[in-house]
Amino acid sequence: MIEIERVSRAFGGLQAVREVSFTVATGSITGLIGPNGAGKSTLFNIIAGSIPPDSGAIRLQGEDITGLPTHRLFHKGLVRTFQIPHEFSRMTVRENLMLVPAAQRGENLLKSWLSWWKVVREDREILRRADDVLAFLEIDHVRDELAGNLSGGQKKLLDLGRTMMTDARAVLLDEPGAGVNRTLLGKLAEAIERLNRERGYTFCVIEHDMDLIARLCDPVMVMANGELIAEGDMASLRQNPQVREAYLGTGSSGQTGTGT
Amino acid sequence: MDLAGLLAYGLFFLNLVGIYAIMALGLNMQWGMTGQFNIGIAGFFAVGAYTSAILTTGPSPTWLGGFDLPFLLGLAATVLVCLPIAWLVGRITARLRTDYLAIATIGIAEIIRLFFLNEGWLTNGVRGIPGIEKPLGTGNGGYLLIVTAFVALIWLLVEMARRSPWGRVLRAIRDNEPATAAAGKDIARFRLQAFVVGSCIMALAGGLYAHFVGFVSPEAFRPLYGTFLVWVMLIAGGSGNNLGAILGALVVWLIWSSTEMLAGVLPTDLIGSESAFRVFLIGVLLQIILVSRPQGMLPERRPPMPGEPR
Repeated sequence: MIEIERVSRAFGGLQAVREVSFTVATGSITGLIGPNGAGKSTLFNIIAGSIPPDSGAIRLQGEDITGLPTHRLFHKGLVRTFQIPHEFSRMTVRENLMLVPAAQRGENLLKSWLSWWKVVREDREILRRADDVLAFLEIDHVRDELAGNLSGGQKKLLDLGRTMMTDARAVLLDEPGAGVNRTLLGKLAEAIERLNRERGYTFCVIEHDMDLIARLCDPVMVMANGELIAEGDMASLRQNPQVREAYLGTGSSGQTGTGT
Repeated sequence: MDLAGLLAYGLFFLNLVGIYAIMALGLNMQWGMTGQFNIGIAGFFAVGAYTSAILTTGPSPTWLGGFDLPFLLGLAATVLVCLPIAWLVGRITARLRTDYLAIATIGIAEIIRLFFLNEGWLTNGVRGIPGIEKPLGTGNGGYLLIVTAFVALIWLLVEMARRSPWGRVLRAIRDNEPATAAAGKDIARFRLQAFVVGSCIMALAGGLYAHFVGFVSPEAFRPLYGTFLVWVMLIAGGSGNNLGAILGALVVWLIWSSTEMLAGVLPTDLIGSESAFRVFLIGVLLQIILVSRPQGMLPERRPPMPGEPR
């Protein structure tokens, strides 16, 4: 369970996130939607430890994790993907996955030197796990390609695959569907559902594709101008006049009330 | 030059190639594998050379000698002394990105050189420390065996590091830092480790150098010899490729040494500027390599997957 409590963050005069509170329940796939500039990604960056909040707190399973650096959060079971895929472009797809598992014996240089064969044996095991993940995501045909050569959609799958190499409990997905074609999108949604169902991953998903959100997420949080303006299931949000005006509606450009 | 003279020169030449190859391997761990722009190589090289010089020479009234340690202990000490220094430098510079790290390291290398120049009680200042002996009374031939053994050992260690999961994290850092952090790796720790290990390898090369030349003075640790040439070697050989680092040391030192004969062929009014000419030629060489073969003579290859032959 991720609890976000009265989190605020400003960049200069711009109040990007204002007093946002909500809870991502364990085992849920919680959606986070809103127009561009609503503060969704900033909030993600705060939860994931990339930037500290000005005020407020983040708790993971009741433990205060506010301001912890990204790599520490990883070891607490909270991992993230990025809006723009962050692949290791000059490493192969397999290497991209093999990097991820925590506490690898061979990550200690002395152990790599002194117990080389144990390290190789462990790495063989990690390689098998990586190949399993690639088979699950059905991108095993590109396993020895450099990740930089993949298509945008394949990179998104690879991002998701990296989260599968962990013992993550909670995964933050920043626009997993952006730039992914319809076929691949179905596969991606299926992968997310299976991870949620079969492995008990908790997801928090930022997404602009409302079909994907409607298919995956319940509940859905709506942000606009840095504030949380509504939450609920997608069907009820579609009826909510405030949400329609801010985001789902006919795209009126006359948004006012920036508030500061 | 007769045959014996040529052989003697060849032994002298190859010893220095080996010493430079070790430095290039150390730099490869920092730059080739991690992307750390260290241009303070000469500083760590000097730390190693002076450590070994001070600890293995006999008593002297003018510097802190008289420890008379055996050769191998002196070499071990180069690493042990360099370790805390490199750790400190690495800690201070850990957050700096490439160009800022470059400025910081070149400054630190000069500080180290000036320290050795000015602390006469420790280092005999500008007059340097003479009489550093080769072990077991070996000549250049016997010493070449020792240097070669160290090149092989360091190559093995750096290559194992490159192929290990540790090296995989370094390549990931070089490739994409935010994603490496998102994969739970403590970037600062890995960068620091690569910096320290690479610097200690340079210090070891410094120890081998001191015993080979038999004399150390601050003059030998100017950025040109200690730093610039090593960079040219690694880039020419192929940064990221450990055999490339060794090959680069051989080829660049061959070219550098052969330009020593420039003095004989330069027009008379340029005699006296041949050292400037040599630097100029090496600079041109670097340009040619960067334009025509930016990956170096032996480009980087991906390490084999476990179970994959190579």
